[in-house]
Amino acid sequence: MVVMKMKFPFQKRVKLAQGLWLLSWCATVAGATTFTLGCLLKTELRRRAEVMDNTDIHIVPNTLMIVGLASLGINYFASKICQDALDAGRFPRWKNFLKPYFAVSCFFTVLMLLAVIMSYAMKGSLESSLKAGLRNGIRFYKDTDTPGRCFQKQNIDRLQMEFQCCGNNDFRDWFEVQWISNRYLDFSSKEVKDRIKSNVDGRYLVDGVPFSCCNPRSPRPCIQYRLTNNSAHYNYDYQTEELNIYLRGCREALVNYYMGLMNTIGAGVLSVFLLQASVLVSLRFLQTAMEAVAGKENTEIETEGYLLENGVKETMMEYLNPVLTFLLLKNQVQEGEETTPGPATT
Amino acid sequence: MALMVVKFDLKKRVKLAQTVWFMYWFAVLAGILVLSLGLFFKIELRKRSELMDNNESHFLPNLLIAMGLIACATNAFGGKVCYDSLDPTKFGKWKPMLKTFLVLCVGFNALLVITALLCFVMRIPLQFTLAEGLKNGMKYYKDTDTPGRCYMKRTLDLMQIEFRCCGNDNYRDWFEIQWVSNRYLDFSAKEVKDRIGSNVDGQYLMDGVPFSCCNPSSPRPCIQYQMTNNSAHYSYDHYTEELNVWRRGCRDALLSYYGGIMNTIGALVLLVTMLEVSVTVGLQYVDTSLSTLANPEDMESESEGFLLEKTVKETFTDIMAKMKVMGKGAKVEEGGEEGVASVS
Repeated sequence: MVVMKMKFPFQKRVKLAQGLWLLSWCATVAGATTFTLGCLLKTELRRRAEVMDNTDIHIVPNTLMIVGLASLGINYFASKICQDALDAGRFPRWKNFLKPYFAVSCFFTVLMLLAVIMSYAMKGSLESSLKAGLRNGIRFYKDTDTPGRCFQKQNIDRLQMEFQCCGNNDFRDWFEVQWISNRYLDFSSKEVKDRIKSNVDGRYLVDGVPFSCCNPRSPRPCIQYRLTNNSAHYNYDYQTEELNIYLRGCREALVNYYMGLMNTIGAGVLSVFLLQASVLVSLRFLQTAMEAVAGKENTEIETEGYLLENGVKETMMEYLNPVLTFLLLKNQVQEGEETTPGPATT
Repeated sequence: MALMVVKFDLKKRVKLAQTVWFMYWFAVLAGILVLSLGLFFKIELRKRSELMDNNESHFLPNLLIAMGLIACATNAFGGKVCYDSLDPTKFGKWKPMLKTFLVLCVGFNALLVITALLCFVMRIPLQFTLAEGLKNGMKYYKDTDTPGRCYMKRTLDLMQIEFRCCGNDNYRDWFEIQWVSNRYLDFSAKEVKDRIGSNVDGQYLMDGVPFSCCNPSSPRPCIQYQMTNNSAHYSYDHYTEELNVWRRGCRDALLSYYGGIMNTIGALVLLVTMLEVSVTVGLQYVDTSLSTLANPEDMESESEGFLLEKTVKETFTDIMAKMKVMGKGAKVEEGGEEGVASVS
């Protein structure tokens, strides 16, 4: 059973070819935009690579860049084909090219849709990557003299100031880590010795946060140290104070930022996907309509165009069979080679 | 002898008109560029007008906006004239006003040069405005409960973080003012009473700076309070410590920021001026080549185009003579009236 049969008189064919040519140029620009968006996203992800534990999320911008480049090629050929479509002499040379062309184009178009779905689905992976990365960043904050970690302090400080956040989940993460380097602690003083003895690992823990957690919107000068001690500061209540330091955690801030970015990009890529799909569908109709004209005397007759000659399942088997036989044949030949030397020797 | 004579046949005239028309379109874009630069500069000034005591001069951005608009208008008109110059009937209606238009263009170009010079010169008054505004801003840092000044703290903190600076000249400016509000001082504590008693104005002064002065590149946690007291902090030397707080003053930082903007705008305005001068010269050639046709009826005859009808010196003396005649004409009228008055 033919899928989506449509009648195409001559004038309609001409109009289809012209519309398709215009559409394919728009789709080329859209493909370039997709590539640019992919590059943008990758740059933004790389900027904060120090607070990300793994690069799994980079698959989204990588896919977008590949799809963008592929769609440039697909649409270039689409415009060339539809230019030749109305010329009965030039159209037949595309005959053998079209079947693999459609296969490859459908693959990349579906990949585009997959990229959009992935950008929503990978939120969990991004969150866990940020959780681990930020935990390490906070732990190594004090190691400004260790090679490879000496810029952690600067990165975390700038991150907290730019995204207006403090700590991993919230500011209390700083209470559990020693973020003051031993080089700046006076080990002969009683206070330092008490604090170090008060916990198992011998760390200098304070109920204080770095200056980068301070909120400029607070009406009073920033209180960074002895945050939980109400009597240490005049007219201060730890439980009700909201504007002193940033209350939001950096993981939440970064996840929101990146999900917002990916949502915007996803919406754009979705519209590019629709455009690309319409280009391919129109090209298919044009191809089938023009194939019916081939060999005929009068090129201005009415023809029928269709999407798929057989049903969806049969067409898929048609495309997958060569691939499967190629793979299976390879396996069979290998097995054959292994078994034949055996009987020959004995 | 005319200045810079060039011979024109029909083909050359057509090419000249087309080139000048094309250049006029670029000049319209350049006018739009000048307009947008003026708008950008105005917005940047307004963003930080709090730090300049709200009396910064908007003369330069307003001038840039006006020049941009005039440039767009004159270049669009010039482009239209060039486009019509290839058709004698259409050109005929523009012919009478061309001479005045060209004189106006020359005047406009001179104004553009003056604007460019102003861009480089206005840095100096800006320096004084900034110094005054920042000093007052720091004074009002603590007044987060006074209407009209409650956002000064936030503005100053965000500015010090963004421009990586501290204080007016340097961080020691914070030692000379009280930047902690009285609402957060415990007046029953001995330390507070000592500090207030120690100076004439009864202000709570300390050798500390706000957190926004802290430098994230410092290897140690920020030391904001008791900065001049080496013994208050372990392994700390006030004189050799360089990375702890930002060492640059905010006046220098803001001045170099705005100075950079003004220098760039000045350079771009100079480039636009050069473009404007070249299109004015082009239009003059188009005009003169069409008015000196060897055979006025035949459009394909040869003609000459020139920059000035006489040499520079003669043109100058001509202009002076014309102005004298105009002045004398006024005097003759006055004399006539007096004569009439004396007669009666």
